[in-house]
Amino acid sequence: MRTKRTLSFSIAGTVLISAMAVQASDRTIIQNKGSDTLVNVAQAWAEEYQNVKSDVAVAVSGGGSGTGIAAMINGTVDIANASRAMKVKEVTKAKSMGQNPVEHVVGYDALAVFMHGNNPNVNLSIEQLAQIYGRGGKSQHWSDVGADVPGCGSGEIVVVSRQNNSGTYAYFRKAVLKSAAKKGVISKGSFRMGTLDMHGSKDVVDLVEKTPCAIGYSGLAYATDHVKMACISKASGDSCVTPSVETASDRSYPIARPLFMYTNGKPQGEIKNYMDWILSDTGQCILLKKGYAPAHDITCN
Amino acid sequence: MTQELSRSVDLASFDRRDKDWYIDKTIQFIVFLGGISAILFIIGIFAFVTKEGFGFLFEDFSFSEFFFSPWWEPTDEDEPTYGILALVAGTASVTGLAMLVAIPFSLGAAIYIGEFATGKKRESLKVLVELLAAIPSVVWGFIGLSIMNPLIIALFDVPVGLNVLNAGVILGLMAAPIMTSIAEDALKAVPDRYREAAEALGATRWQVIFKTVIPAAKNGLLGAVLLGVGRGFGETMAVLMATGHAINIPGSVFDPVRALTATIAAELGETAVGSPHYEALFTIGIFLFLITFVINLTADLIVRGVREQ
Repeated sequence: MRTKRTLSFSIAGTVLISAMAVQASDRTIIQNKGSDTLVNVAQAWAEEYQNVKSDVAVAVSGGGSGTGIAAMINGTVDIANASRAMKVKEVTKAKSMGQNPVEHVVGYDALAVFMHGNNPNVNLSIEQLAQIYGRGGKSQHWSDVGADVPGCGSGEIVVVSRQNNSGTYAYFRKAVLKSAAKKGVISKGSFRMGTLDMHGSKDVVDLVEKTPCAIGYSGLAYATDHVKMACISKASGDSCVTPSVETASDRSYPIARPLFMYTNGKPQGEIKNYMDWILSDTGQCILLKKGYAPAHDITCN
Repeated sequence: MTQELSRSVDLASFDRRDKDWYIDKTIQFIVFLGGISAILFIIGIFAFVTKEGFGFLFEDFSFSEFFFSPWWEPTDEDEPTYGILALVAGTASVTGLAMLVAIPFSLGAAIYIGEFATGKKRESLKVLVELLAAIPSVVWGFIGLSIMNPLIIALFDVPVGLNVLNAGVILGLMAAPIMTSIAEDALKAVPDRYREAAEALGATRWQVIFKTVIPAAKNGLLGAVLLGVGRGFGETMAVLMATGHAINIPGSVFDPVRALTATIAAELGETAVGSPHYEALFTIGIFLFLITFVINLTADLIVRGVREQ
């Protein structure tokens, strides 16, 4: 009895190992990991690429920009996705570990500023945003930005933000707070105390939808009919731009962020083919369908 | 003679290492493992948490910044700061309010179940209290987010309902069942002769409870409260959802705050393993572990003190 069982186990083992060997020799597997903002698009690309090149499999997983970048530093991933650029420190660390991360912009995402449906004020400048969000900012009441919000009795602004390792949070801090701090609008390029840090893009929109006094930022793809999106101007006095795929594509919207993919060194072989395909019209049209702006002008059918 | 011989044979058969003997020994060993597993796990977890947080303690850790700075900004590129003062204030304020809510509720429930209710009423109440303890914390968090939040906005005319009050009430209701169970045990441990003696002296029902039973059970009741505090410090999901998750030193119960546990839960998943941020989160873990350990140990010693009396 015992010998029989052992035998059947070993047969199964052999079959499994040889099957894996066949697979390994036949197919190239590209490891792709990182940003949760990009994960849906990356998944769609991987699936579609099966029809283009059946002998290349792309394994996609999320976990956040930080996770993807960490995997790139450790050399355990072929392509890392990120909704923020790698920090100088991270690039230095990667180089010291023998990796050479190369950045590719694969698309853009407009960062919309959401307000409650009752909110009449739909124009904000970057400086006003910094006064609302930044440490030492002076705008704590809606009257400070010239608005009177029905249903918001106290008039206090409820500032909604993201958890501090989100790529969206990092981009907002850099594009709004750090740039305003450089101009001397606020004293320090960081968030004020008491912002409500939501754990997902959708949570931000949900909370703003229910709270008349609230303001929040999130990817354009998360917009609903129940919230208003602010028209954003670069400096007070400039004409403002509403967020949309178009205004993100032509870079007229001031807070559109690039979405990145990092490869180790200049892409070679199958990885190069895949990156080229992502940046081709076919790949970019898939990205556009998911609600993000393409990296360059494209024509989709 | 023959009788004696047969007896010694029987004894020898008891000592034989047959199948039953091995089964017996194996099961003894498994039960032993089960018994000491709690100790092994707790040591293992503490060793793991300490190991992960150790790098931070020696490199980026500054005692005064960690405990006295309210700024928790571990991902700032220019100058990351790791201050947990605001987080400690958040956890403490929510737990404090939760105890204000839970103590009257659980003490009342325990007195009623232990001293007044009888028969079926008593049994069904006990089952219901235990059922209340079985509600998952994410459900409590959801209640905080979708019921309490609009309710607090409507009742108090405040801009947002995710705050100390919301989380405190939710956490109070969560901690009440376990506090009720333990408080009821403590009341039950008071010998009936105390009550009889008090009644014989002409005390009313209320006087018996207030002047005799509660003073006699005070250690157990204190233990129940401390266990509730431990639960409050350790609770994560409900607090994450109901506090508003805002780094803040609260000035009133209507201010949103952030708890230590919620910070770990929200940030650990997206942090690069081995980075200072990751290690700082584990350092918070060590801190939390030590606090809950001390609270639970104290509670346990107090309750044990009651049993030995």
